[in-house]
Amino acid sequence: MAEIIAWVTSPEFIVYASIVGVVFGGLQISAAVMVYAERKVAAFMQQRLGPMRVGPYGLLQPVADILKLFFKEELRPKAADAFLFTLAPIISVATAYVAFAPVPFGAPTTLFGLLDEPMALQVSDVNVAVLVIFAVASMGVYGIVLAGWASNSKYSLLGGLRSSAQMISYELAYGMSLATVVMFSGSMSLREIVDLQQGYWFGVIPKWYIFIQPIAFFVFACAGIAETNRAPFDFPEAEQELVAGYHTEYSSMRFAMFFMAEYINMVTVSAVAVNLFLGGWHGPFIPPEYGWLWFLIKLAFLLFCYLWLRWTLPRFRYDQLMSFGWKVLLPVATVNLLLTAAGVLYFGL
Amino acid sequence: MADVRTETMTVNMGPQHPSTHGVLRLVLELDGETVVSVAPTVGYLHTGIEKTCEQKKWQQVIPLVERMDYLGAQSNSLAFCLSVEKMLGIDAKMPARVNAIRVLVAELQRISSHLVWFGTHAMEIGAITGLLYALREREIVMNLNEMLGGFRFFPSYIRVGGLKEDIPRGYKEAVKAFLDRLPGKLDEYETLITKNPIWMDRTRGVGVISYEDCCKWGLYGPIARAAGGDYDVRRAFPYCDYDTYDFDVIGASNGDVYDRYLTRVAEMRESVKICNQALERISPVGAWACDDKQVVPPPKDQVYTEMEALIQHFLIYSQGFKVPAGDAYVPVEGPRGEHGCYVVSDGTNRPWRVHMRAPGLFACQALHKFVVGGMIADVIAVIGSLDVVMGDVDR
Repeated sequence: MAEIIAWVTSPEFIVYASIVGVVFGGLQISAAVMVYAERKVAAFMQQRLGPMRVGPYGLLQPVADILKLFFKEELRPKAADAFLFTLAPIISVATAYVAFAPVPFGAPTTLFGLLDEPMALQVSDVNVAVLVIFAVASMGVYGIVLAGWASNSKYSLLGGLRSSAQMISYELAYGMSLATVVMFSGSMSLREIVDLQQGYWFGVIPKWYIFIQPIAFFVFACAGIAETNRAPFDFPEAEQELVAGYHTEYSSMRFAMFFMAEYINMVTVSAVAVNLFLGGWHGPFIPPEYGWLWFLIKLAFLLFCYLWLRWTLPRFRYDQLMSFGWKVLLPVATVNLLLTAAGVLYFGL
Repeated sequence: MADVRTETMTVNMGPQHPSTHGVLRLVLELDGETVVSVAPTVGYLHTGIEKTCEQKKWQQVIPLVERMDYLGAQSNSLAFCLSVEKMLGIDAKMPARVNAIRVLVAELQRISSHLVWFGTHAMEIGAITGLLYALREREIVMNLNEMLGGFRFFPSYIRVGGLKEDIPRGYKEAVKAFLDRLPGKLDEYETLITKNPIWMDRTRGVGVISYEDCCKWGLYGPIARAAGGDYDVRRAFPYCDYDTYDFDVIGASNGDVYDRYLTRVAEMRESVKICNQALERISPVGAWACDDKQVVPPPKDQVYTEMEALIQHFLIYSQGFKVPAGDAYVPVEGPRGEHGCYVVSDGTNRPWRVHMRAPGLFACQALHKFVVGGMIADVIAVIGSLDVVMGDVDR
């Protein structure tokens, strides 16, 4: 018992627990911030002001949104499958959280000398992090498919079917682009991949993989948008076609969970992209112990791109995504993978 | 796999659906996401306006007909007024200034309607931002309407026998400012959408209809012109001196959603051209109604000073005017196509029958020609490109 207490009160454990707390809370807050950002960015792109009433510049709008969702009535259609109907949003949101676990967001830190040895700023440093994220993120689609199925509504069903069709068409290219990076870096741990991108060529160009592997980044970005069901690939919920797609029948917190999952997935995919292609927390001007600032800046930029695309582009048709996935992304990613493999093999890049 | 039992799914799209332009109901039979058959159901917005018109005096019908095709309000009233004026025999003696103002109002109405179409069409294909851009410009047309009639949506400015009153002070300048602004804004919209690869993928080769089918199903208007036709009422049966204006009849050849899109956007530019010409013709001072004393109330200064004028004023405002028995049909080129009003009179001060030829109804009827074999997403794109207004369809 005493050992347990000693372990629980040791600085390592407290720091570790607080990292978990920071990640969990941070993701939750990020979803709220993203809701606000989405509305503001959309508004500015559309020559509106966006939320302005709740708090200064509408800053408390996410709080109001969450409270509103809390107090909404939980509706479940009579013909819906009660168990799966409740399970689906849980799967969605749980996988969204879990997928972030192996993502590092800063250089190991001693917290300004507070600790004896540096702590890694991530929940768990898995040596096959890339695979874990890939696997867990793919699980998220079960939430959507089950939601579509369990709702017993035709629009929901179509949304769920679209989502599974979509997953099949982008996952392969997604995996290929990840494999390219893994092959290039020779590691599957995100921490190692990030550290390999340290330094500069000719003193100016940072050694980020986006400059070596622009094609892989492009494929990853396309597939990432498709994975998070965001415009222009937001077929499962395409409002103008399927009313609200898989979450047509959802209300209150069940709906909020899907909503949250969507934003957290965006954050995860962007964070992975930052780590794989944009050098993670490495960057000029900011000292390494504040590297997480660089990480946040890059993350914010990618998330802004998400919003930018959504409010600018029309939507694809879902068979067009499938042919885009199979006929463009996959061949491109495959060729890129083979070229990289050849490069690594013969030139030892 | 051959003996796997497959069945189609019937989806009830509408009347409550984000993209059915109000309350159009489609019963879609789907094989996966492919549309096998479509059965449009209309009537959810039935307002009985045509029947109500029979209870109203001739001049009182105008606010009613404007509420049929509520996006092209003044093309309804123009069609109605032209028909009644034809029966009254005053169509030939309409002053040129009135015609010019009517042309200006009708073309602004077309621009306004097309802007709403552009916005909703873009939104339904996913480019939501386009909607707010288009509504921004439409707001200016609404303000112009407000100047004209005090009402933004249904100004009821066009009246049997002329106009409600002269154009207000500052109206011409405001219109000019709008006309100068619009082409640049249209360029802005087009950079957002016209050459966008996603937009082209979504709309090219989708919802194709041939010109022959357009004729068979009565789809005269932008839909037929996008399929290679060149029928434009403004050219074929000129009204309001349209034959003296210099404008092109816009057309395309493929008859798909994309060509309908191009046609309508180009039509807005042509409308700007026509509006500019009309503006030049409108003299600062002049007649704003014909001089038929039976139809047009006498000016107020005469009403206050002359006995005959006072009596005439009282007669027109209490009993209205009588229209000789007979019928008339005068088509106009509305925003959605040939927009005609068939009016029957039994010689009294109220119409016996008012019937509007609604382009939207024809488009709903022919919907299966566009969507069968396509996907659900195409249905939405097609409905957007047909630009149906349910108020017009149901009446």
